[in-house]
Amino acid sequence: MTQLALVIDLNVCVGCHACVTSCKQWNTSGWAGPMADFNPYGADPTGTFFNRVQTFEVGEFPHTQTVHFPKSCLHCEDPPCVPVCPTGASYKRKEDGIVLVDYDKCIGCKYCSWACPYGVRELDEAQKVMKKCTLCVDRIYDQTIPEDRRKPACVIACPTSARLFGDVHDPDSEVSVAIREAGGYALMPEWGTRPANHYLPRRRTAIRIHPDELVRADNPLTKEDVALPSADNTLEDAIM
Amino acid sequence: MELPGTRPDQDLGRHEVKTTTCYMCACRCGIRVHLRDGEVRFIEGNPDHPLNRGVLCAKGSSGIMKQYSPARLTRPLRRKAGAERGAGEFETISWDTVFDLLAERLGRIRASDPKKFALFTGRDQMQALTGLFARQFGTPNYAAHGGFCSVNMAAGMIYTIGGSFWEFGGPDLDRAKLFVMIGTAEDHHSNPLKIAISQFKRNGGKFISINPVRTGYSAIADEWVPIRPGTDGALFLALIHELIRLGLYDRDFLTQYSNAAELVNLDEGSSEYGMFVRFEVPPEEGCFDPQNKLWWDRELNRPVGTHTPGVEPRLLGEFHLADDTPVKPAFQLLKERVEAYTPEWAAGITGIPAETIRRLAHEMGITARDRKIELPIAWTDVWDNEHRTVVGNPVAFHAMRGLAAHSNGFQTIRAMSILMTLLGTIDRPGGFRHKAPFPRPIPPCAKTPNGPEGVRPDMPLDGMPLGWPADPDDLFVDAAGEPVRIDKGFSWEYPLSAHGLMHNVITNAWRGDPYRLDTLLIFMANMAWNSTMNTAEVRRMLADKDEDGEYRIPFLVVADAFHSEMTAFADLVLPDTTYLERHDVMSMLDRPISEFDGPVDSVRIPVVEPTGECKPFQEVLIELGSRLKFPAFVDKQGKRKFRDYPDFIVNYETAPGSGIGFLSGWRGRGGEKFLRGEPNPRQWEMYARNGGYYHHELPRSYQYMRNWNKGYLTWARAHGLTRYAEPINIHVYSEVLQKFRLAAQGRTDTRQPPDRLRKRVETYCDPLPFYHEPLESQLTDTRRYPLNAVTQRPMAMYHSWDSQNAWLRQIHAHNHLYIHPKTAAAAGIADGAWMWVESRWGRVRCLACHSESTEPGTVWTWNAIGKAKGAWGLAPDANESSKGFLLNHLISEELPPHDAGEHLSNSDPITGQAAWYDVRVRVYPAGPDEPAESFPQFAAMKPAPGMTTARPKWFAYVAGKFAGASGKEP
Ligand code: SF4
Ligand code: SF4
Ligand code: SF4
Repeated sequence: MTQLALVIDLNVCVGCHACVTSCKQWNTSGWAGPMADFNPYGADPTGTFFNRVQTFEVGEFPHTQTVHFPKSCLHCEDPPCVPVCPTGASYKRKEDGIVLVDYDKCIGCKYCSWACPYGVRELDEAQKVMKKCTLCVDRIYDQTIPEDRRKPACVIACPTSARLFGDVHDPDSEVSVAIREAGGYALMPEWGTRPANHYLPRRRTAIRIHPDELVRADNPLTKEDVALPSADNTLEDAIM
Repeated sequence: MELPGTRPDQDLGRHEVKTTTCYMCACRCGIRVHLRDGEVRFIEGNPDHPLNRGVLCAKGSSGIMKQYSPARLTRPLRRKAGAERGAGEFETISWDTVFDLLAERLGRIRASDPKKFALFTGRDQMQALTGLFARQFGTPNYAAHGGFCSVNMAAGMIYTIGGSFWEFGGPDLDRAKLFVMIGTAEDHHSNPLKIAISQFKRNGGKFISINPVRTGYSAIADEWVPIRPGTDGALFLALIHELIRLGLYDRDFLTQYSNAAELVNLDEGSSEYGMFVRFEVPPEEGCFDPQNKLWWDRELNRPVGTHTPGVEPRLLGEFHLADDTPVKPAFQLLKERVEAYTPEWAAGITGIPAETIRRLAHEMGITARDRKIELPIAWTDVWDNEHRTVVGNPVAFHAMRGLAAHSNGFQTIRAMSILMTLLGTIDRPGGFRHKAPFPRPIPPCAKTPNGPEGVRPDMPLDGMPLGWPADPDDLFVDAAGEPVRIDKGFSWEYPLSAHGLMHNVITNAWRGDPYRLDTLLIFMANMAWNSTMNTAEVRRMLADKDEDGEYRIPFLVVADAFHSEMTAFADLVLPDTTYLERHDVMSMLDRPISEFDGPVDSVRIPVVEPTGECKPFQEVLIELGSRLKFPAFVDKQGKRKFRDYPDFIVNYETAPGSGIGFLSGWRGRGGEKFLRGEPNPRQWEMYARNGGYYHHELPRSYQYMRNWNKGYLTWARAHGLTRYAEPINIHVYSEVLQKFRLAAQGRTDTRQPPDRLRKRVETYCDPLPFYHEPLESQLTDTRRYPLNAVTQRPMAMYHSWDSQNAWLRQIHAHNHLYIHPKTAAAAGIADGAWMWVESRWGRVRCLACHSESTEPGTVWTWNAIGKAKGAWGLAPDANESSKGFLLNHLISEELPPHDAGEHLSNSDPITGQAAWYDVRVRVYPAGPDEPAESFPQFAAMKPAPGMTTARPKWFAYVAGKFAGASGKEP
């Protein structure tokens, strides 16, 4: 059984928000749209986004880490948002594991957003229905889109290719290999939601220098025997 | 709800895809724009494009909200008769009236005194055209925004290695093993740098970020080294000290490819003091740097011509020529210069522990030496030595405005370039690589006129409006040594101001120093807000009047696509198009988008119709140039040569029959030539068919060591990229600077600086890099103002441009002042509280945000988020104006009066680069009774006629339904 998912590499994500706005432009005119903005040109603008990047600091100066953390629906394998939905609007697709909302059935009761431990479901205040990441379900199967671009909008936009997309149930897929080899992890496993999306951790490269590397025989300074030995000033003159 | 995937997206309306070039920032990625029923549906990166290879940033992905922004100007406007300038009272007029009015006014100026017209532009990407217009007009008063952006980076590197970061070169992260990024650089080279950093990290390279602040790309650095702003030069000099001390430099590279081994005359009594010793050779035609200097032969212990086959020169020592002239190799002088610049010394200045500085030097030196790359690429150098391989020392650097925007930036960047040279990393794999048309001679050939006689009524300017002075005779000054340009560029005050000083134009014109202007045309630069220093005062100057009631700057024309703070001050507003509505070229004559492997240029082709009466600024220039009968725009009979801008691009040649024009691809009658060739009437079509760009990949043997690569240099000359096929040796020691110093010392009989400037020129025009405290700190009580204040550039915004963008402004609706918790605690400033930040020039009330990723001696904020009330199509209560703020109010455009003069620019004393990041501040809490609002505030701007004013509180963009939803044709 297929389970599509995103794997986000925090080792290279620079927090540029490309995934945020690419998602918005694709989806607002797409199947899951529109994505309304409240006060778009006024005070405290706020709108619907399926994907947001949070930035936070960890540690104390000067050992501070600045972490950029993109977050969207994790398409849990055991999604708590689905059973709590009174109308069946929230559902998980058998064929690919994508969790979707049928706006026609959604009554905007917000049960699912309370049930989601990740806070990724947003009520579209204009339409009063729950909206969230669809894994770009209207792109990834669209045969009119060239195959190499038939991926979520956030994935094709991401300048650092921090966002990998694929089937986490296929052990040979790019995403499964990345999770295995780079220590990919799921968010808050203790909730038992088994998120399909995973994150790859930061990895730190260091350079080790051996002391003898600083004093090598081929040091170019040896070519600069600056104080030229002159005939009237030799060791002979100095040694008693 | 219909099941997803029932219908393909392209069946949801009339679907089209068009290829063009992004302009949400200056990076210029290739894009594919999908349209639905004529409205923009989706913008994606063009996967075939060499620059961004299919990816797109947050800005590029929000182009829709720029296209349909309510801040767009749609009609030509004239200040209402009787209305005060700055009040925003406009009436709409027709383009015909605009052209009649401008042609009459400008024609009058041109016939009397062309310098009374000034054209200054923002980051317009059309400097080749705007510069041509100014030159043809005959005014010296032209520049783009480089002077207040990063001219130190351009000049510091070009005067040292013949190329520079960003458009003209960059770090080869594909092969580097160590990458050092210094200072804020997030906006300069946007997507390519992100792509490269990510690949670099995945390949296991080590990424070190040296920056007072850990944000942006620094977040993913393997090591963050916090540094105090403005002290980078001290760090570089200490690194150089340590590399020389340990012999961790690439000796062969230095001797062969730089002037490090060349002998400098140290005869105190000679007018040649500090110049290289030269032997006579007959002058060679077409040669900029005759190879007639000397080395000291190690073997025979005597002087010998440089590059004599088989000779190994000394880098260190002190020698006497046969006539007893004392000489030293330049490298010896460098070694002496950095003697005192120990890591311990630098630690006290930079705040970086001495052990860390030493370790950084060791990591750089050892990676360069022991992880060498050798590519099996044969090439021949200009001295006819055959090389079987190309060698690389894989340490790469990148820096931009963080280094540049200090008054010591030029020398800092010289120091960085020399560090890169010591490591042997110039135009080699894994190091710094050039991009065409660079490398160019040091300095490049273009020159301005050198005296007031270059400005003549009804004639083009006798020289380029901007250039690269090589010695005092190239300065653009009068007999008294005083400036000809309104911004005082290319004068003794800022001799190498290669990009002009746009940041002083308004103040100088207002004061009438050196003279008054008649008409100032500003294109796409927000000089009444974030693009100016001393914002409140400059706004006052823009609207200030003489005793006789006339405006001190008599006529102000502003061309812009958006309702910025600047447009309010215009007497005439020319509505420009967006990038999706026009033709454009990223030209080899300007700043192309070349890759390391060869020249690339590109175009924009309109994907939607212009909005309202918007007209591309290029068309305005072509129309005016034709009406004013500029020689380049009309034939001998005075008849207009070019129908419009696309026609101009195809048919214009730099000189009759030169075969060089704005676009380098598909030249020649049938498009069979490149770089040089006759105009091709189908050139646009051919660009369009190729995705909007032309990429000429060089043979591999021409891709490296281009400063000295005979094949490349010969090819470049043959194709008109450069004038010479001579070696471009790296200036470890800068004779150019020494010439200015000698003049200032009165040792030479070239032109002399005015007395008040002698000391300044002598001090700063040092042929070797040195560290000095930024000028503002030198002239400020730093105990009273103990902190540095800087800005960083958010990746999701391009300067002031994106507050009008409904999506991007949700990411940065207002800014905070970031401050280390200890610094804040000492001042009693709570996290999230209102606070004051004050410099000797003014104060700003803003919101504090405690941050552990900020060096404790620094406070910082995001650049240009704060807006004036009502500007940029925003409601008067928008966060940008009520909570957002500008640091610009704290920064003066001029230094306090001191011995070098009363009105010197707050800029680098060599290049005139605006010293944005020199400002010193103190902080304290806002009082409990103060309004919860940023300070200063200005009267709210009114929307201009023709702007969309009504937008619903709830707004959802859906392509194909926008025109209906907004009640207005998009
Ligand atoms: S686009 Fe990529 S790099 Fe940018 S924030 Fe999203 S995941 Fe991170
Ligand atoms: S992340 Fe939340 S909304 Fe998405 S599937 Fe899991 S529980 Fe449901
Ligand atoms: S997969 Fe699609 S819907 Fe989900 S975050 Fe990415 S772009 Fe948005």
